[in-house]
Parts: sequence; C-alpha cells; structure tokens
Amino acid sequence: MGEAESKKGRGACSTALLLNWMGEPSEQDQEEEETLQLSLGLPGGSRRTACRDKAKKHSAGDSSVLSLGYSTAIPSPQSQGKAQGSQDEPAATRNAVAPNNNGPRTRSPGAPVIGWPPVRASRRNLATSSSKASLEQQHMKKAVKAEETRRAPFVKINMDGIPIGRKIDLTALDSYEKLCVAVDKLFRHLLAECTQEVVAISGLLDGTGEYTLVYEDYEGDRVLVGDIPWGMFVSSVKRLRVLKTSDLSSSLITSSRKRTAAEC
Amino acid sequence: MGRGVGSRSGGGAAQPPWHSLPDEVWEHAFSFLPAAADRGAAAGACRGWLRAERRSRRRLAVANCYATSPRDAVERFPSVRAAEVKGKPHFADFGLVPPAWGAEAAPWVAAAADGWPLLEELSFKRMVVTDECLEMIAASFRNFQVLRLVSCEGFSTAGLAAITEGCRNLRELDLQENYIEDCSSHWLSSFPESFTSLETLNFSCLDGEVNFAVLERLVTRCHNLKTLKLNNAIPLDKVASLLRKAPHIVELGTGKFSADYHPDLFAKLEAAFAGCKSLRRLSGAWDAVPDYLSAFYGVCEGLTSLNLSYATVRGPELIKFISRCKNLQQLWVMDLIEDHGLAVVASTCSKLQELRVFPSDPFGAGQVLLTERGLVDVSASCPMLESVLYFCRRMTNEALITIAKNRPNFTCFRLCILEPRTPDYITQQSLDAGFSAIVESCKGLRRLSVSGLLTDLVFKSIGEHADRLEMLSIAFAGNSDLGLHYILSGCKSLKKLEIRDCPFGNKPLLANAAKLETMRSLWMSSCSLTLGACRQLAQKMPRLTVEIMNDPGRACPLDALPDESPVEKLYVYRTIAGPRSDTPDYVQIV
Repeated sequence: MGEAESKKGRGACSTALLLNWMGEPSEQDQEEEETLQLSLGLPGGSRRTACRDKAKKHSAGDSSVLSLGYSTAIPSPQSQGKAQGSQDEPAATRNAVAPNNNGPRTRSPGAPVIGWPPVRASRRNLATSSSKASLEQQHMKKAVKAEETRRAPFVKINMDGIPIGRKIDLTALDSYEKLCVAVDKLFRHLLAECTQEVVAISGLLDGTGEYTLVYEDYEGDRVLVGDIPWGMFVSSVKRLRVLKTSDLSSSLITSSRKRTAAEC
Repeated sequence: MGRGVGSRSGGGAAQPPWHSLPDEVWEHAFSFLPAAADRGAAAGACRGWLRAERRSRRRLAVANCYATSPRDAVERFPSVRAAEVKGKPHFADFGLVPPAWGAEAAPWVAAAADGWPLLEELSFKRMVVTDECLEMIAASFRNFQVLRLVSCEGFSTAGLAAITEGCRNLRELDLQENYIEDCSSHWLSSFPESFTSLETLNFSCLDGEVNFAVLERLVTRCHNLKTLKLNNAIPLDKVASLLRKAPHIVELGTGKFSADYHPDLFAKLEAAFAGCKSLRRLSGAWDAVPDYLSAFYGVCEGLTSLNLSYATVRGPELIKFISRCKNLQQLWVMDLIEDHGLAVVASTCSKLQELRVFPSDPFGAGQVLLTERGLVDVSASCPMLESVLYFCRRMTNEALITIAKNRPNFTCFRLCILEPRTPDYITQQSLDAGFSAIVESCKGLRRLSVSGLLTDLVFKSIGEHADRLEMLSIAFAGNSDLGLHYILSGCKSLKKLEIRDCPFGNKPLLANAAKLETMRSLWMSSCSLTLGACRQLAQKMPRLTVEIMNDPGRACPLDALPDESPVEKLYVYRTIAGPRSDTPDYVQIV
C-alpha cells in the first residue's frame, strides 16, 4: 500500500512528523510544534532539513503506525451544520480499499447536494427544459416530419360524403385563405355530383359554413384548421378532412383548443 | 546587486555601465516582458527597476479584488491601460456563496476614473457591476475600448446603453455568462449611426429581445467585426442574413438553434455559411434539428474551436459534423457525444489541445454512454491534448494510468465523476493510484480537480509530485487531517485551493499557516473546522484575512460563540489591504 514510499525523504518526514504530532501527546509534541513554528516562514524549506533529522530518530517500524494513525485521526466534531447531509459514514474507519457496504451508494443518488455537480446554473436545466424522456421522441418526430415534408408535399384530403379523396400541394399555397379556395375548387363539382347542385364551399374555417376543415397531425390528433401560423401548420399536417359542421363533436373542439394552448 | 540608478556601492568598485541608464531605457526593456510574473520578478531586483517597472506597467491583473485596495493599485501602477479584476471565490459559480457577499466593482471603477484616465480596457470576473459603474466607465475614460464582463451581476440593459452611447471608440463588448436585468433599454440602438469601430460583440447571455434591424445595420457598418455572439432571441433565418452582411467573421455564436426543418431556410443557411471563409470559432445553443448541421459543412475544415456545450444535438449527425472538423484545437461538447463519438474525435482531430465534456443531465440517473473509454481514446490519439474537463459517471485506475502514460503534457486535468466517492467500478478500490499516476507523469500540471473515492494517499502523491500545480479542487475526498497536511506541506506552486465536504480539520491548517500566505486563497466548506482554530490562524497571520460564512439569516455575533463552534464555510486570502469593510451580515472576519 505504498508504505515503502514513506521511507523516502519528504514522505517519511511529513508522515512521521504528523503521526507523532497527532498520535500520542508527549514532550516530543512541544518540540514538534516548535519545529513547525520555526520553519513556518519558509514552507518546504528549512522544515525539510529539520524533518530529515527527525526522521533519523524514528525507526522503520513507524511505517506500520500509518494505519493506526488513521483510526485516531479525527479529533474535531463530525456534526457540522451540513445542509447537504452528505457525510454519512465516519471517515476514520475507511481504508484504501473501500469495503463494499461502505460504498457511495449508501447515499441515494437523488439526494440533492448544494453546488454539486459543479456546473453553472445555466447548465442545470438543459435536460428538464426539454424533458429527457421525450427528447428522443421529439427528435424522432422531427426527423419523421422533416422526411415527410421533403418527400410528400402533397397531402391527402377527404370530404364527407365523397367516396374519392384528393391530394393537395400545401407548399404551393401560402395562407389559409388560399387553402380554402383550393379546397373549394377541388370538391365543388364532386359535391355537385352527389347533391345535384353546384354550391360554393365556404366558411370552412370559422364554423359558419356547412363544412369545416380539420386536419390530422403526426401524433394522430384531429385538429381544427386555422389556429396556428401557416408555416407551423404545413409542417405538422399529415392529412386533411372536410367534415360536416353539424357532425363536429364538442370534444373535438375542446381537444383542439387544449392542443393549441400547449403549442403556444 | 545594484541599489538603483546613481547609488553608491561600497568599496569603490567600478559600477557596471547599466547603472547610469535612465529609467526610460529600463521601461522600454521591460515592455518586452509580457508576463506579469516576469515583470514582478524584475521589479524585485532593485529599487531602480522597481520604479521603472511599475511606472511602465500597462496591463494589470488583480486576481483577488480584496488582496489590495483599488487606490493602492492605481497609485502603484499609474500607467495602466488594461486592468482585469476578479472577485468572488470560484465556488460562487456553483451557488456556494450567498448573495450580497461583496466583490463590488464600484470602488475599482472610482479609483480607475481618478488615477487612470487613459484606461482602455476593463475586465471584471465574478463581481457585482452596477449600472452606475457602467455609467461611470462611459463618462470617465476618453479612449475606452474594451469591456469584458464574465459571470457578473448587478447591471441591466440600461447600464449597457450608457456604454454603447458613451464609448465612442469601443472595440469590444464581451458579456460572458452574466446575469443581466432586462430593462428593455435600447442599448443596441444607442450605438450612434456614425459608430463603426466594433470588433467584438457578445451578448449571448442576454435574455431579452434585440431590435434586429438595428443589429443588422450595426453589423453592416462595422467592417472590422470579427466576433459576433448572438443570444437566443435571434432566429435562424436572421442569423443567415447577418452572416451575409458580415462574411469576414472569425467567431460566431448562434442563439437557440431550434427550428422546424424547412428546405428554404436550409438553403439560406448553407449559402450564408459558404461565404464565411474566415470563420474559425463556432458556438451555439443548438436544440438543432440535426438536418441543419449539414448546412455548416462548408466551414468545418477551417474551424479551430467548436463549442456545442449547450447543444442537445446527439447521434450520427453530430458525429458526421465533427468528423469533418480536422483542424479543431478546442472542443466543448455535452456527454451526448458518447464514447463512440469521442472515438471519432480521437481519429479526426489530431490537433486537439483542449477538450471539455459537460453533463447533459447532471442530476439524473444517466443513460448516456459516456465512460472512461472516451477519454482514453482521445488521450491516446491527440498528441497535443493538454487541457481536459470531463464529467462522467465511472472511471478506473487503469484508465487513468493509461491516460497519464499517453499524455504527460497535460497542464489542466479536471475529472468530475458525478456521484461523490465513486470507486474504480471494476476493482472497487479508490482512485488513488489513477490520480497519482496523473501527477507523477504530468510534470507541467497547473490545474487539477479530483473526484471519486479517494483516500489521504492520493494527496500524498499530489503533495510530493505536483510541483507546478497552481490550482487544486477537492470534493468528498480524503480520510483525515493527513490529506490536507500533505497538500499544504507539499505543492510548491500552489496558489488556489478549494475544498468541500472533506474530513479535514484544524491541525493541518494551523500547522501550515505560513503556506497560506504564499497562496492567493483557500476555500474550505463542510469540512471539520472549528472557530477556535480560525481565531488562532487569524492571530498568527495578520496578513491573511480569515472570513467565516454562516447561514444568512442565522447570523450571530462571532464573539459570543465558543471555540468549539463548527465553521461551515471558510475563505482565507492574503491581502495587503487589511480586513474589508463591506462584509454582509453573514460574513465575519475573525
């Protein structure tokens, strides 16, 4: 355990010195104290010469005193006002090889210690601000979305009462108004085939028309169109639906409101 | 040894010819000694040199604002053009120093305003800088050029407006990691339209909005702008616009880099970055959609410094990016890079000198695959690596010994194993052997932080071998007073020692009291100290200030307390200015 090292120069003298100093109280103590005091002016200088003299007086057997020194080492009170509560075992009983039951796991990993680990405040919440569990998910979702936007700018659009769906290129449009116009153009005549009259499809966004536009996003939710900025909408829409306004349940409206609130 | 110009030396011996040289010659000679330590040594040679040196000193660094009074510093060095002053102890960064501790910049600004009218540069670190200070700076120094504030607090955007409005020759406004009150003051607009001298603008720590049009005009007209570090409020497309206006930029910091992917924006960024042929240093808080990283591929080859330490990017895109950065000298990342990412760094970045790996989830259980393996790889393959800061969750002695053997050229080695007292995870032994190998091998080590399970023996090694060590940080380590004694009786060059949660008591402190005067400062918190020993220390060493910190709110006059009272926080530093008079209630000077 490196005891042999303690016989070399500085190691031996400071250890032996300290042991004698801390171990048994004796007249040697006073001498030690004075030696220390005399040499305080030049740390590491004259004390070393004094040490070497001292070291010669001590026998090699002192090397084994090292372990004894540990057990009598702590004179001062252990209980400090430790807000941290992290000092659990008396340090004096520890050896160089930590016994298994004395390991650091005795303190629960979640117990907060002030100022530990030593990171600045700005680093503390990086994980929680985008919560760690969902970080992976968010990345996956964004990656998927990105893929979709690049591969398929056309989204499917279905209308109630019309068996055949259409596809609409959202990247060619730049506003909700234009979207409504496009929907009207796509379905007006198809609708006419079923209802036997040509009626403009209007009021898709504000609930005033016979039909209302909703969309499905990547999480699978059905949401009213028109709440979020256009750009955000284009990147989150997976497919569109034109539903009869009368069929819209109040729960759909509620869940849509909750979702837009979360997105703010 | 001469006693100064024109003095008589005894014995009638002929004086060397240089004794009659006028001071100006010495001042000119000393101007070739850039290092303050060398100038200090020269000043100690004789009175003549002392006089010449102090009168010609242009740069002054005061590492502890309480080591001297501002007036004394200004008087002693009347020709200073650039001053740097540091305040609070390092552990203040981690919340261990309660607010209102001190370190006010105001007395320094006031003294400088009086004695250094030609001051050009001022830098404050961990100090309280008020708006009044900033106003005084703007009003007092005709040729003020550089303001650098690092980890400071106490000022707002109103103070910044005073600077931008008043300092006509401002070249650098560098705000790093400060806490700034947002008063919605139009500090950016306060730069006059005629103002064009800006070379560095760093407002990355500012939380508020900035007027983008004003910023764009500023960037456009400041043709010498080399460093631009933006805050979170600047969205990606605006970053692209700015880059087009400032293609000569050398250092760029982006703000929050999260945006949903959009092909147009990607193309914009790619084009903008392609134009930045001088870009060498890049940083940013990238919650980046990984797709955007490839927009920067054009600049990778030229990058010497990359700071992604606030970027939660992970995975293959990050590694692809870094694998193109063959000329990196400095890399700061999060542990999201993981071992296999560091293996890529090891094989790519042969010029790497500094690596810092920060924890992405410091308080969590940790599922990131960053272990000792990453550090071993980098140390093996990066021959110029000399500075490391590494947060991880496990370590072995074998890894540390290998690292020590690979890289004897370390000057700074800071290892933080997140869970205190973690042993070698394979052998369950302490990490004494590993850290001992580090200090034995790295003879030039100047800074060391230890962690994990450590006994007094590691401090024996450090005391014996770390001859050049200047700063040592210890937490949750050691067994007994012996540990501290080894450090204080060894470590010849030690300047700063900071210790927390270690079983070190009074005896080694008292036995090595004189050592403390050779050091800049000592911090000990949650150790085994008592008031009596601190009193003794203060009595023994009149040129040390011994500060005790209690819990704020539980302040009680020290005189009433008995010697056996435990001391929770101790901060000791040498000073020629005597005890400071601006202590808050919870700090008492013994």
